[in-house]
Amino acid sequence: MSEEIEGTKTTEETVVNDQNEMDDKVTSPEKVEEAKLKARYPNLGHKPGGSDLLRKRLTKGQKYFDSGDYNMAKAKVKNKQLPAATSEKSGGGEITGDHIPTPQDLPQRKPSLVASKLAG
Amino acid sequence: MAGAGGGGNDVQWCFSQVKGAIDDDVAEADIISTVEFNHSGELLATGDKGGRVVIFQQELESKNQPQCRGEYNVYSTFQSHEPEFDYLKSLEIEEKINKIRWLPQKNAAQFLLSTNDKTIKLWKISERDKRPEGYNLKEEDGRYRDPTTVTTLRVPVFHPMDLMVEASPRRVFANAHTYHINSISVNSDCETYLSADDLRINLWNLEITDRSFNIVDIKPANMEELTEVITAAEFHPNQCNTFVYSSSKGTIRLCDMRASALCDQHSKLFEEPEDPSNRSFFSEIISSISDVKFSHSGRYMMTRDYLTVKIWDLNMESRPVETYQVHEYLRSKLCSLYENDCIFDKFECCWNGNDSVVMTGSYNNFFRMFDRGYRQDVTLEASRESSKPRSVLKPRKVCTGGKRKKDEISVDSLDFNKKILHTAWHPQDNIIAVATTNNLYIFQDRL
Repeated sequence: MSEEIEGTKTTEETVVNDQNEMDDKVTSPEKVEEAKLKARYPNLGHKPGGSDLLRKRLTKGQKYFDSGDYNMAKAKVKNKQLPAATSEKSGGGEITGDHIPTPQDLPQRKPSLVASKLAG
Repeated sequence: MAGAGGGGNDVQWCFSQVKGAIDDDVAEADIISTVEFNHSGELLATGDKGGRVVIFQQELESKNQPQCRGEYNVYSTFQSHEPEFDYLKSLEIEEKINKIRWLPQKNAAQFLLSTNDKTIKLWKISERDKRPEGYNLKEEDGRYRDPTTVTTLRVPVFHPMDLMVEASPRRVFANAHTYHINSISVNSDCETYLSADDLRINLWNLEITDRSFNIVDIKPANMEELTEVITAAEFHPNQCNTFVYSSSKGTIRLCDMRASALCDQHSKLFEEPEDPSNRSFFSEIISSISDVKFSHSGRYMMTRDYLTVKIWDLNMESRPVETYQVHEYLRSKLCSLYENDCIFDKFECCWNGNDSVVMTGSYNNFFRMFDRGYRQDVTLEASRESSKPRSVLKPRKVCTGGKRKKDEISVDSLDFNKKILHTAWHPQDNIIAVATTNNLYIFQDRL
């Protein structure tokens, strides 16, 4: 008999707890989202929207020249003849490692030669 | 609530035209990045990620159909900016047109400023509808005649020719911005304009390209201390000494150029107080202002942050006078919106001609209008499905929870790749231009 009563009490408590959780969700969906984010990315910095994000914004468009790749490629070339640009590497493939990049190799960003489709 | 948003009586918005390709495969270059009517509303300019500008001209109202306003047809198109590479800084410079601003018309030609991240250009668009014929020393095809064969003289005469619209770059304003230009604004004095990047604002004279005055500089001595960036700037519509700039922290500063040469000290600071207990990781990001626009009257200004549109009275710095929820239901989606970068989308906003209605874009190709006087708002959609000529747009509704009614769309079904970032309102009439990713929609009110 007493067990039954305890059983009932637990159910009531559970209902009350659920209600509190729901209240939290109702009052701050942002905080719930924040908790989700922190759960997925525990290393996320504690300076929200601060320097890191802003600096990323300021350096948009930065392309880096990898001196490590360059030096390794130079070292390889010293040991054997300059390799002819193989078909896989030239054109579409990424230039890393074996091939020393020259301005001609950099993917050319050509301006749009085609007229805008809005004018079609 | 149907058809709200036109200043009083129920305005019904109708589809008028759509420009651009129908196919779903969108090339990067075709992404529309700016839309702007000129001061009379006769011309409508668009810029895209490929650095191209397309200008549409409104046809004169036809006598046959007095109930219809003129259609917008292609008037001119040109390549404004091209991709560049700054070898010194290893910086790729996109050709994307960030902003277009028209100059008020002074003579037969039209002038506009277009800018990418680094360079502003002044373009002259002029018409040529006649050409001289009957030269004495030249043949019609341009070859020079042998002077000894000239026995009589004649006066060259202008003959009509097919209309040709030419766009030519008249000024190039370069090398004045270390960071990425987000705004340009022509002053009411029609002689100067400002350009703003993330940390600095420069003042130019439209005639002079080799000199620019720095009027705002918020770069900290130590970049580690960087806390905010400039997100937008605009000159006051009729006070030529006044401009505002907004920040990534949700503040707006009003500056008076008469006060000092360098306007680092603001004259007014507009900031809404925040409840610190509500602060979260997302608070600052969603408070970042993506656009600021003065009302035509010059009495108010409007700001757009991620979830709201706010109207500020220039006489009151403490808080906005009106706040409109654009898509509050996204507040419980901020985690995923942060992960897919949508939380950084920069939506613009605009006023109608008499400042009674404001408009801004949202996701799923929805856009929202808020009627300030009648306290009504409406959500409309720019889609091919509702693009039968003169068909009235049906208001849309997002279901935020509970049972979804018929015709409502649930938050989880919204397409976050279909964003309307750029909208423009004709300066006098109820004609709006709404840009989806690669299409330009023109809607008009039903006459």
